[in-house]
Amino acid sequence: MQIHKYDTVIVGAGGAGMRAAIEASPRSRTAVLTKLYPTRSHTGAAQGGMAAALANVEEDNWEWHTFDTIKGGDYLVDQDSAEILAKEAIDAVLDLEKMGLPFNRTAEGNIDQRRFGGHTRQHGEAPVRRACYAADRTGHMILQTLYQNCVKQGVEFFNEYYVLDLLLVDDPEVTLASGEPGKRVAGVVSYELATGEIHVFQAKSVIFASGGAGKFFKVTSNAHTLTGDGQAAAFRRGLPLEDMEFFQFHPTGIWRMGILLTEGARGEGGILRNKDGERFMEKYAPVMKDLASRDVVSRAIYTEIREGRGCGPEGDHVYLDLTHLPPEQLDAKLPDITEFARTYLGIEPYTDPIPIQPTAHYAMGGMPTNNDGEVLADNDHIVPGLYAAGEVACVSVHGANRLGTNSLLDINVFGKRCGINAAEYAATHEHVELPENPETLVVELLEGLRTGTGTEKVHEVRTALQESMDANAMVFRTEQTLKQAAEDIRELKMRYRNVSVQDKGKRFNTDLLEAVELGNLLDLAEVLVAGALAREESRGGHYREDFPTRDDVNFMRHTMAYREVDESGKDAIRLDYKPVVQTRYQPMERKY
Amino acid sequence: MSTATEDKHSAALDAAESGATQHVTFRLRIRRFNPEQAAEPVWVDYELSMDPKEKLLDALHKVKWEIDGTLTFRRSCAHGICGSDAMRINGKNRLACKTLIKDVLGKPKNGVYKPITVEPIKGLTVLKDLVVDMDPFFQAFRDVMPFLVAKGNEPTRERKQSIEDRARFDDTTKCILCAACTSSCPVFWNDGQYFGPAAIVNAHRFIFDSRDDAGEQRLEILNEKDGVWRCRTTFNCTDACPRGIQVTQAIQEVKRALITRRI
Repeated sequence: MQIHKYDTVIVGAGGAGMRAAIEASPRSRTAVLTKLYPTRSHTGAAQGGMAAALANVEEDNWEWHTFDTIKGGDYLVDQDSAEILAKEAIDAVLDLEKMGLPFNRTAEGNIDQRRFGGHTRQHGEAPVRRACYAADRTGHMILQTLYQNCVKQGVEFFNEYYVLDLLLVDDPEVTLASGEPGKRVAGVVSYELATGEIHVFQAKSVIFASGGAGKFFKVTSNAHTLTGDGQAAAFRRGLPLEDMEFFQFHPTGIWRMGILLTEGARGEGGILRNKDGERFMEKYAPVMKDLASRDVVSRAIYTEIREGRGCGPEGDHVYLDLTHLPPEQLDAKLPDITEFARTYLGIEPYTDPIPIQPTAHYAMGGMPTNNDGEVLADNDHIVPGLYAAGEVACVSVHGANRLGTNSLLDINVFGKRCGINAAEYAATHEHVELPENPETLVVELLEGLRTGTGTEKVHEVRTALQESMDANAMVFRTEQTLKQAAEDIRELKMRYRNVSVQDKGKRFNTDLLEAVELGNLLDLAEVLVAGALAREESRGGHYREDFPTRDDVNFMRHTMAYREVDESGKDAIRLDYKPVVQTRYQPMERKY
Repeated sequence: MSTATEDKHSAALDAAESGATQHVTFRLRIRRFNPEQAAEPVWVDYELSMDPKEKLLDALHKVKWEIDGTLTFRRSCAHGICGSDAMRINGKNRLACKTLIKDVLGKPKNGVYKPITVEPIKGLTVLKDLVVDMDPFFQAFRDVMPFLVAKGNEPTRERKQSIEDRARFDDTTKCILCAACTSSCPVFWNDGQYFGPAAIVNAHRFIFDSRDDAGEQRLEILNEKDGVWRCRTTFNCTDACPRGIQVTQAIQEVKRALITRRI
């Protein structure tokens, strides 16, 4: 085991992590720990754009953007946070341009903007062009630009270091609502993939920016590596997770494969059609049509399929039709996604519609933070020194449903805030002493899996989890399906105790890594389902067929899930709630 | 619109939607190497039965998940964006996630397919199976100043750039740093000191960006002995690029800029 000492440690090198690193590294001695090489992160898969009311092509302002974000999130958004997001969006885009990001341009040489789902002028009157973009590889360009600037600044990366544990120590001067002492951060424990060695990083401040957990679903746009490692580590250490039942299903994934086809395709004029060729979104969202929010569109697609108007021999998908758009426009604005259709489906999107279905895409929930990016230990207390930004976090700017282009925005706005704040914290605080044998939990976890002799295989348990989640906890949910999912997960957790890996070596043991990741997915899926069962209403991405309307009286509140261990060592999930911050917008019925 | 879209289906769309899978049996021949166990790499065959419309990455996963968990390779996004899984497939550099089995399966002889060979990309030290040491590759990238250097005061709003100026370097912005080009280059195989195509592509991306003021410095770097003049224009890099970047052309443009000193 090796011990390293830094001022600030950042976990994850996607958009949020690297944006934080650009701020933190000039201000404090900073290390970035990443499971992948930095440019491999899933920020790079984001396509369509980053929202900011630049008003470069038509009238727009940050107040409209704030409203759209709050309405898009079905009023579960903390309104003060949404206002920060929309206000700071403009500088966030300009920062990236100054760092070198090659945005598409207008004829005047300004940053070009296009339409995206749920972004409107005059509080819902009509779509507005707010998404700043670089063809359909905006995320790729953000990731590259941030990495380039990290290189420029000489940011110190630890590539292929997998963080498995968060080190917290008790702060006896603070008492949490649970009666437990408060927590302070001491560092993290990581596993070096190349050598199998354990590295403890002691730090004054720690930023989690480790991304999402979409791999507990089968049809997903998420990378294989998006296994919720950060959320799971925090949860194991007793920190809460907020609003995990809210998961976004992006309307247009490639049928069966789940590969993302950007909403920008509809922003450019693409149309969703059922087997009769009908533009069905006109029925569900008369004003915004194909550019309604993602939860609305995904439900509409499944409703068409359920009512027998799906396409193909099984009637299990619909079409994204781009055939009426000029090929030059597709080549210039949507080159990557049209290439995906050619590569993976063997069809020509100039002339054929593309078979699509909703795909598990984005976790609205995560580690709860305040507007400074500080992670909460409960409703009223932070964990001093601990920060989170990006998909791992829940500020909450996305509420019950995130608007497209608001996540590339989120990582930049809150990544920057976390980087500044974590560095300032480090400048004014001393290191907290590491707990005794800080590596114990990680060593036990890894050695248990490495030396296990059980008969279960990781991929079989993982596939069973993904199939249950797709069947029971996706776009449509009921008490019955969720109870089924809960029961399946319980059983799979039992089976997980009996998994063994074939690779017993130290060097690049990805077999072992996948086993650890599966444990994280199981823990987080359980939290998602518990939250969804308790939330007897429908709001944003969480739709209960048995409770099909929003219930502001009982459920206008954030879910806070805690892991609790009783005296016999059995663990259980305890659900608590946190009020939603409302400033100027009264909840209204949500129509597009 | 009332015309049924089903009427105007192409055969390709019908095939894509049929959902019918016809499994074929074939062998993956993978170059395995684990220095913890043996000093030399060995070729190992795995027989698989799969739908040829699946990705080669799916075939590797099938081996790892169902046959031999020790098989080691990098991958993440699984649709050609993250650049993790460049490897040599039937002797050519490709991304495993962007290669369908049918594209590398060939035609059967007497009902039997030739094995699909999979080996690590060349010119970088193999650490285990298909995993190579990427540090020298990223070092070459870092050495060409791959970041915008703009002199003068920053404007309050964005810098202006015309649509034409933006288009000038569009092709080289697509690079995902997968190393397929660099590790397909015979010059790089013989001399690891050569910057290699990927680094030059990323220098090009900034040299031809109208907002940038460090083109001259980058050209000087690439004028050195391990620089752009080592390129022998074999076009391997262009063939290998999974993003369709005209890599050789970009290198030629850098050479021309060095001769004319005009960007």
